[in-house]
Amino acid sequence: MDQLEIKNLTLAFGGIVALHQVTMKIRKGEIHAVIGPNGAGKTSLFNCISGVYKPMEGDIRYEENSILHKKPHQIASLGIARTFQNIELFRHMNVIDNLLLGRHHRFRSGPLSGVFFWGRALREEIKHRRKVEEVIDFLEIEKVRKKTVGTLPYGIQKRVELGRALSMEPKILLLDEPTSGMNVEETEDIARFVLDIKEELEVTVIMVEHDIAMVMDIADWITVLNFGSKIAEGTPFEIQTNPKVIEAYLGEGS
Amino acid sequence: MVIRSKTFRESYYEDIKLFQTVWIRVWIFLFLILLATLPLWGNPYVIYLINLSCIAVVAALGLNLLIGYTGQISLAHAAFIAIGAYTTAILSSKVGLPFWACLFASGGVAAAIGFGLGIPCLRLKGLYLAMATMSFGVVLENVLITWDKLTGGVRGINVAKISLFGYPLDSDSKIYYFLLVITVLVILGIKNLVRTRVGRAFIAIRDRDIAAEVMGVNITAYKVMAFTISSFVAGIAGGMYGYTMGYIHPEHFTLLLSIQYLAMIIVGGLGTILGSIFGAVFIILVPELIKGIARFSELLIPALKGKYNEEWNIAAFGLLIMIFLIFEAGGLHGIWGRIKTSFKNWPYTY
Ligand SMILES: Nc1ncnc2c1ncn2[C@@H]1O[C@H](COP(=O)(O)OP(=O)(O)O)[C@@H](O)[C@H]1O
Ligand SMILES: [Mg+2]
Repeated sequence: MDQLEIKNLTLAFGGIVALHQVTMKIRKGEIHAVIGPNGAGKTSLFNCISGVYKPMEGDIRYEENSILHKKPHQIASLGIARTFQNIELFRHMNVIDNLLLGRHHRFRSGPLSGVFFWGRALREEIKHRRKVEEVIDFLEIEKVRKKTVGTLPYGIQKRVELGRALSMEPKILLLDEPTSGMNVEETEDIARFVLDIKEELEVTVIMVEHDIAMVMDIADWITVLNFGSKIAEGTPFEIQTNPKVIEAYLGEGS
Repeated sequence: MVIRSKTFRESYYEDIKLFQTVWIRVWIFLFLILLATLPLWGNPYVIYLINLSCIAVVAALGLNLLIGYTGQISLAHAAFIAIGAYTTAILSSKVGLPFWACLFASGGVAAAIGFGLGIPCLRLKGLYLAMATMSFGVVLENVLITWDKLTGGVRGINVAKISLFGYPLDSDSKIYYFLLVITVLVILGIKNLVRTRVGRAFIAIRDRDIAAEVMGVNITAYKVMAFTISSFVAGIAGGMYGYTMGYIHPEHFTLLLSIQYLAMIIVGGLGTILGSIFGAVFIILVPELIKGIARFSELLIPALKGKYNEEWNIAAFGLLIMIFLIFEAGGLHGIWGRIKTSFKNWPYTY
């Protein structure tokens, strides 16, 4: 079943066309990789899905309904979570609070019960803390749970950001270059987590990733963007042997 | 999701409790006893200064919520304090409402106007927001002066005395307890607010607003909420001020007051509760300190006689803000943190 459907999406910044007539279908429960050279429009695509950018043309449908006119926070509460290419954590909060913030839309208590810290506010804090602790377990970041995230090493911050997205208990998880700047071991850890997210948590994953070896290993389906246009899609095997893809990558000189 | 068993299941509450160690609780308890018995042995002038400090602490907490926690710069704080003070003055002296109704009304009216100001300010950030809120303060000052049928204009307006079960709080040491109780309640309330859902959303907006939105925070609603709550607290502080002074005048609430509050939270520490308290007390005491130093130097050097005036205090605020911005970005709260780590668990220092 198609959980997310992107139809003829076009986005331009002045003269720069970031996305041109992009059409994609994301099936539930799969790992869907989006690859392409720098500037291909991958991050812009994520920004359109999460409502940060408003496309000029086209449609984005989530479980059959258009989410084009929804605000980012509404899209989040529908169950679409994401991480960012450049870490966008709340630097001055500790890990637990960053993860709790991911559960923001699942809280019901307002400012008044917060002020008194009793009843619903207190119960909710404890209930969600428990959920957050599960994510901390899952990502093996117990040791840093009370550390301020700004002080943590880069690789751990990346993991905390993944944790914040997972705390939302999303249905779809968008990962923008989850392994950028990581060494081989850290990359393997992330690959393992992404597979666990798909299999144990049954979350659909859309992943922008430059590590082609990892993509070929774990992705179920791959879309290739170049200069804002989709140039190919298919299984890892089909993509590997697609002459257009090879040309786009070699043409960039990498 | 695989749930591995954890031993600290029951301890999540322990983990989020307000005063975590026994010693903190003991110290706070002793400090409160000290404060509670102060009128029995304290100097009336000290009591008067503590009264002013209480008002400043409450208002500074309100401003820190908006600037320090949510990252929305405002120079309209004095205006909201004024709205609270005038609401209390009008309702207490012209309508004759009891003090608790006046205080709630002060908070409520300030909150409603803060809500109204928050909405058009949503699109503004940083300096632009500072300018817009500053203009609001100037406009309000003029309203207070020109709408003299309601506010008394430049003649000012009297505030009726609080009467508690028919017993009037007509001296500094009597109103002291009233101010102290409200201050403690506001401190606890805001502390609770910032460590729960709403506070996290405020901090998230301050640290990374786009990420906060993508994580599910309705930043429009929360920014307006920060404005509203901050104004509510400022309004309460205004009511406290009115009752303490007994008389208010538009000149008590100029831009300079807003800047003083900015100084308090910067000197104390942005985005911290303790910092708001330290900063407020500090800035209230600084003029006294300068006055004391001036008196003392007059004795030593007769040539300095009569040179002291209020302008020195303003210069001192400027200097203090500069010193703290350059040398101690964490404010007094940062210094306190370092002292605390060297004295952890005192008197049991290991
Ligand atoms: N906010 C923006 N303003 C102007 N141009 C942008 C903006 N965001 C992206 N672009 C442009 O859109 C194109 C695609 O960028 P991006 O989506 O970041 O690519 P990728 O993530 O694939 O590297 C680039 O040419 C980039 O300069
Ligand atoms: Mg990118």
